[in-house]
Amino acid sequence: MTALRQWLQDPSPASRRQARLGQMWLAWLRIRRNRLAMAGLVIVGTLLVVAALAPWIAPHDPLAQDLTRRLLPPLTPGNLLGTDDFGRDILSRIIYGARITLYIIGLVAVTAPVLGLLIGTVAGYFGGWVDATLMRLTDIFLAFPRLILALALVAVLGPGIGNAILAIALTAWPPYARVARAETLTVRNSDYIAAIRLQGASPARIIAGHVVPMCLPSVIIRVTLDMAGVILIAAGLGFLGLGVQPPLPEWGLMISSGRKYLFEQWWVATMPGLAIFVVSLGFNLLGDGLRDVLDPRSAAR
Amino acid sequence: MTGSPVSGNRAFVLAGRIGLGLGSLAITILGLLLITFLISRVVPIDPVLSIVGERATEAQIAAVRAKLGLDLPMWQQFLIYVRDALTGDLGTSIRTGEPVAAEIARYFPATLELATLGTIFGTLVGVPAGVLAATRPGSLADQVVRVIGLMGYSMPVFWLGLIGLLVFYGQLDWVSGPGRLDPTYDMMMQFTLTPYTGMILIDSALNGAWDVFGNAVSHIILPAGLLGYVSMAYISRMTRSFMMNELGQEYITTARVKGMPEWRVVWVHAMKNALVPLITVITLSYAYLLEGSVLTETIFAWPGLGSYITDALFAADMPAVLGGTVVVGAVFITLNMASDLLYRLVDPRARA
Amino acid sequence: MTLLDVRNLRVTFQTETGPVQAVRGVSFSLGRERLGIVGESGSGKTITGRAVLRLIRPPGRVEADAMVFDGQDLLHATDREMRALRGKRIGMVMQDPKYSLNPVMTVGRQLTEGLRLRDGLGRADAGAKARAALEAVQIRDPDRVMDAYPHELSGGMGQRVMIAMMLIPEPDLLIADEPTSALDVTVQAEVLSILDALVRDRGMGLIFISHDLRLVARFCDRVLVMYKGRIVEEIAARDLMAARHPYTQGLLNCLPRIGGPRTPLPGLDRSGAWASGGAP
Repeated sequence: MTALRQWLQDPSPASRRQARLGQMWLAWLRIRRNRLAMAGLVIVGTLLVVAALAPWIAPHDPLAQDLTRRLLPPLTPGNLLGTDDFGRDILSRIIYGARITLYIIGLVAVTAPVLGLLIGTVAGYFGGWVDATLMRLTDIFLAFPRLILALALVAVLGPGIGNAILAIALTAWPPYARVARAETLTVRNSDYIAAIRLQGASPARIIAGHVVPMCLPSVIIRVTLDMAGVILIAAGLGFLGLGVQPPLPEWGLMISSGRKYLFEQWWVATMPGLAIFVVSLGFNLLGDGLRDVLDPRSAAR
Repeated sequence: MTGSPVSGNRAFVLAGRIGLGLGSLAITILGLLLITFLISRVVPIDPVLSIVGERATEAQIAAVRAKLGLDLPMWQQFLIYVRDALTGDLGTSIRTGEPVAAEIARYFPATLELATLGTIFGTLVGVPAGVLAATRPGSLADQVVRVIGLMGYSMPVFWLGLIGLLVFYGQLDWVSGPGRLDPTYDMMMQFTLTPYTGMILIDSALNGAWDVFGNAVSHIILPAGLLGYVSMAYISRMTRSFMMNELGQEYITTARVKGMPEWRVVWVHAMKNALVPLITVITLSYAYLLEGSVLTETIFAWPGLGSYITDALFAADMPAVLGGTVVVGAVFITLNMASDLLYRLVDPRARA
Repeated sequence: MTLLDVRNLRVTFQTETGPVQAVRGVSFSLGRERLGIVGESGSGKTITGRAVLRLIRPPGRVEADAMVFDGQDLLHATDREMRALRGKRIGMVMQDPKYSLNPVMTVGRQLTEGLRLRDGLGRADAGAKARAALEAVQIRDPDRVMDAYPHELSGGMGQRVMIAMMLIPEPDLLIADEPTSALDVTVQAEVLSILDALVRDRGMGLIFISHDLRLVARFCDRVLVMYKGRIVEEIAARDLMAARHPYTQGLLNCLPRIGGPRTPLPGLDRSGAWASGGAP
């Protein structure tokens, strides 16, 4: 253990891998000192564990209705967070809802940044009219309010989880394109790119092999920070009835079904909202900490 | 030495920028219209059927198609669509049969009133909070501002609205419930007062109807406070980051060397510089509030653009949905452009 | 007469990897004379200058056995007393006018700010004084410069504005921190001679911080050589070329000479006891 630590902290690393791992180790040390970021990491970790182990943790079947046990308040024996209007256990529904949330943000996280990276690096690398056209397109999409564009898209495609994800991904890519383009512009004219070009590498190879890796850190930070927003938009679509459809236990949908009972049975709408809030806060805290650690430009002086 | 900065020269440069900006504004709005046009053409709802009904004959369908211009090539249809949109014709609502543009003109003031008040709250609280945090990095005040800001980023606004209604309306009864006015005041507003702007706070004040004004305040305070919190979260974080950046600059040391008191160093020297990017942030957050009102308006039964779009959505009223989208998008783009212009006014470096 | 007396000044910065001492026990005193401080970057010369004005912000910490300016204790002065000293009695010219002038305020406002706010002068009086100050630094069309923004000025112009700004209240001590390093070689001499003449005419004390040994030798009466936060040698400027300390000699040997031998310049030999942090 100490030998490993020494190897990681070696001020004169023997290989590129050692240097890189050493950097990551230092970053980890720094983020570990950041208490808020660690709290975020714990929340995101918990979300992953809860989603993975949902069938074993959840006390009840999230879809099982029991009309004799409708709208029970929190702390009822057997229903820690109470039950909803169909007598379903709210805690179990929140636990299973973690899977849906994770599914949505997972799919958005692997589609939108890829699209954005592609457009941004191509625009930045080629410059000229390619750049002008692609960036104008990006601006147009950026000019669209995200939720409204997602609404319009869902209206066309029809409600449902798949279409909601598609709509969110289609509205989420422009910021990544901006970030990727900015990074590409800074490396495009560097000598090592020129060297690779002189070796006869094709633009596709240069972009995929040498430009994209340079953009990844900033894109990863953005993804983490963006996930909170994605959770909120997904929940908003669910709340409006345009995302995940009943009876699936999506958190936004659960809030909307609890709205009818807001003043008498407050917990039905409150509990799933807390879940959204905590998870989204977790991603924000983590992303914030990552940015402080990995992005020296925006680090506090 | 650079050339002599004559004021007339500056005005000329600025005018040139505005011209350039208008050009890019036009292109962006054209792009916006193209996207909504494409969406409207892939929509599974057939506008012809919804007009003529299920039992129409072939000839009737063909006649309506020709009347709507649907038999023309796509590019011609698009040109007609652009021409109509630019002349203020956003189509006819399927639900009500009224022109979409006229309906939006009726709904929009409510949204504008709400978002404006929210932005004012957000700026008045967010900027000082961000400055406070930036002048004492790492302090308790900084941590509190940071956490409150992050919470605002993480809160689903529709949920917070419900909680707000539950606590301040349901439990404490400090504010009025959903809607813009109580029904009696609403009648007064509609039948006895002159509508100047469509914004109740302004109209009732202009009419001197202070009871209506008071009632309107009790209705708007909760949703506006809510939107204000969301925008405060964003503005305070950005203010903190900009001010931290400026306070680390060398000209700040110069100001201190000159013996300037700390308030002047922070609020004049640093703030004047931080204001440059901050203007963009505040206009952006204003634009987001106009958009973000979709969910808030649903919660508070606020008859604004957001409610209009969502209601139209559920009635499968595509002209209304797309018309609303175009308007929100256009407002968004215009605000962006305005922030760009303001930016140039505040930053002397951008004028040259 | 002693203007400034500094005894055992220490400046510490709290960093992620523990405290770092930027200045470790610097002592010097200064009359109405011109004192040079030389050293490499990172030797603590800039921090020393700023510590005198108490411009080190947390997490930096300034300690000293004594720091007295004209009979006034700088260590225990209140913020208000410090503000009264800064600008009025001690001024500082920084390295690069591109960063040290406020980019969104006109030169005129920056020049008159102190006069109007502190001395309560009216607009016209303050403006006249500022214009006079600009003329004193040999700016020929002060009216145009007053209306300009800093980015509209060249580096040499900017630095003259900076000097004018600091000299308006006629301070007793001026700290010049690398005042010409960011300027083109052609304007360096010009700015220096302006500074030299003003300091000489008004009989101010001057602390001239630089990494340029020859410049300091020509411009100052006395020179402190700093290395790693300590003073390793104090010497009269005219004797600088005959310095005995190995570090100073090392610095001198690094300078190329016109007409000198065309062998590679030697690197600094840091093997002596002075380099490892022992007592100088």
